[in-house]
Amino acid sequence: MTIEELEQIVESVRAENAKFDYEVNVCMDLACASQGSEKLRDALVKAAEASGKKVMVRRTGCMGPCSAGPLVRVDPEEILYSHVNADHAGAIVSSLGGEPVPSLQCDLNEHFDKQVRVVLENAGHIDPEKIDDYISCDGYKALMLALMEMTPNGVIHRITESGLRGRGGGGYPTGLKWSTVAKAGGNLKYVVCNGDEGDPGAFMDRSVMEGDPHRVIEGMAIAAYAVGASKGFIYVRAEYPVAVARLTTALREARRRGLLGSNIGGTTFGFDVEIRLGAGAFVCGEETALLASIEGRRGTPKPRPPYPAVSGLWGKPTLINNVETYANIAPIVRNGGKWFANMGSERSKGTKVFALTGKIANTGLIEVPLGIKLWEIIDVIGGGVPGGHKLKAVQTGGPSGGCIPAEMLGLGVSYDALMAAGSIMGSGGMIVMDDTSCMVNVARFFVEFCMTESCGKCIPCRAGTAQMYTLLSRFCDGTGTMDDLELLEDLCLTVKEASLCGLGQTAPNPVLSTLKYFRNEYIEHIVNKRCPAGVCNIQAPVEVLA
Amino acid sequence: MSDPVEVKTLIIDEQEVSALRGQTILDVARENDINIPTLCHMEGLGDIGACRLCLVEIKGSNKLLPACVATVFEGMEVSTNTERLRKHRRTILELLFAERNHICSVCVANGHCEFQALGQELGLTHIRLPYRNPELTVDASLERFTVDHNRCILCMRCVRVCAEIEGAHIWDVMGRGINSIVITDLHDEWGHSACTRCGKCVQVCPTGALFDKSKVGSDHPKYPDFLPFLNLMREAQ
Repeated sequence: MTIEELEQIVESVRAENAKFDYEVNVCMDLACASQGSEKLRDALVKAAEASGKKVMVRRTGCMGPCSAGPLVRVDPEEILYSHVNADHAGAIVSSLGGEPVPSLQCDLNEHFDKQVRVVLENAGHIDPEKIDDYISCDGYKALMLALMEMTPNGVIHRITESGLRGRGGGGYPTGLKWSTVAKAGGNLKYVVCNGDEGDPGAFMDRSVMEGDPHRVIEGMAIAAYAVGASKGFIYVRAEYPVAVARLTTALREARRRGLLGSNIGGTTFGFDVEIRLGAGAFVCGEETALLASIEGRRGTPKPRPPYPAVSGLWGKPTLINNVETYANIAPIVRNGGKWFANMGSERSKGTKVFALTGKIANTGLIEVPLGIKLWEIIDVIGGGVPGGHKLKAVQTGGPSGGCIPAEMLGLGVSYDALMAAGSIMGSGGMIVMDDTSCMVNVARFFVEFCMTESCGKCIPCRAGTAQMYTLLSRFCDGTGTMDDLELLEDLCLTVKEASLCGLGQTAPNPVLSTLKYFRNEYIEHIVNKRCPAGVCNIQAPVEVLA
Repeated sequence: MSDPVEVKTLIIDEQEVSALRGQTILDVARENDINIPTLCHMEGLGDIGACRLCLVEIKGSNKLLPACVATVFEGMEVSTNTERLRKHRRTILELLFAERNHICSVCVANGHCEFQALGQELGLTHIRLPYRNPELTVDASLERFTVDHNRCILCMRCVRVCAEIEGAHIWDVMGRGINSIVITDLHDEWGHSACTRCGKCVQVCPTGALFDKSKVGSDHPKYPDFLPFLNLMREAQ
């Protein structure tokens, strides 16, 4: 495969597409598929054949606003239809070339206008199982560019210049991580992609892997070239069977095209990727636990240092990044570091994908430039809280994150601002809560999650989260005391400071942040035995007869 | 790599000490009679940094580091006994005491228990946390030894000594989080496992979780000191 051959593929795809007058794109991502987009596509194909019009029906990855699904977009007019089912296929096909179907058309301009799509640029536009579709959207151009025209150090320099920070949650500068692995000695190094997305309410990485798998593979290949690795692993949780299937297809196609394997692009660079499945442990998203799991051992974290960059898989230097981080690499290499650094805020560059869920009108996947105000995400992109309810808080960062109260909607979303507010960016889950949510109960939910997902290796996390859960349950059932609250705060501090890995160190965050902003709700539960949101089932105290 | 025999100087609790490159803070501290409490650490076994009792403060960093695995660097200033650390250590011990059924007065290891001794050393007078009182089993299927999960603190010494020293690896961990438990083979009875009956796990167990049946009702001191000696003899061969 050379740049010329890539261009030939682009030409042939264009020639093929030019045979059609209309493109009907059907979102086949999980949310739409669960509402029958598979049947819809078949109906559209049938209707198109019957109509005699030159229509290409294409299945695509997630288009974004899942709550409006199943979604269909007609190109080149870019008309978006929502809540489409198989019965609408005839109407859509017969409208082609004329006026759009008014009853299905949806107005999500505000939803899309504030978004900037880098990671999701192809999502909803290409068939994830066709490598040629990806290539026709500048796919693998960045890899070829890197191999033909750039030195490994040049690639790292470009990534450093872009200011990209790890999208898995920690926000570690990606360029710095790459240069550390590049400098590590030895001729055997590994590149690992962390696709063990496990936060409740988060599905960014799944959508990327399902909707645009080649983007991840290309990012990994560029990373391998930059750090001098020859072997890669994608660690995907087994709960994502579609992602696994799409990645498997993508890897096979990439090998067939000579974009993986030995002598890629006619150079001496060789790289291949293997998929490893996670068996359902949240803690395996922690890098040292993930590496242990790839090696076939029990997925428990190890104290760092040594960092994986020095001693990772089988003791070899290992670069480990998140799915979304790799998905950013190809556009950065193609467009330059400065292009990326121009987006975002002072210390958080670029864009970030968020999974917007909870009590909000437009749930789904969004991509916004960092630094965007929280209210813009909630009120403009998300369409506000439905049902006449009042926004109470936004939970970011999953079980490691915290709750940001409605009063702080002016906050610019960036790594540092969220940290300062007592939450974290995390991998990008954003759960919107209205006045029907009890914050004590929310804290208990996340602590319960951490308790059941703790690996059990270190004491503060294993026993600490269990005790935190017991104390929070007391508040929820009305038996808690002010002494319990003091004890809980004390415990949170030890779990936070003394736990071995990130899971334990951040497990108290939902408690600490709700205590910071919604302390009165705790007091209400303890002193007045009352749940202001009416969620907790507090029984009236039984009168003891004398 | 540069010369491996490079000597470092550092300060532990305001005392200037010297160390070799690659030595852990715990090693250096103990060489200099500075006591750092430990539970999962055992001389002769690989360290896992799990019990978090040996956490120390390093000047210039807000992060606490486990002394058993953190290595020294030139000019580092370590504090091993600050109020912050003592508080965390007491809470950790409290968490352990409340986790399972640790009743010293009826325990076979009473008076010879590292866990009990640590509680006394750190001035643990009472437990603020609710006791969890889990229902756990006792496996007495092996003729000589018994495992009482009620006394287990999951320090993994048995797992490590069996895998690393005896080479049998019959001990391992099952389950997650608060439901973790040590098992023999694939959760078979100990008596029906591939156990070699060497008894190393009993000697290294810091509590009364693993004990010799013949010692029930009498004193049950344990002798883990064989380990470094055994390692030394093996290295000499």
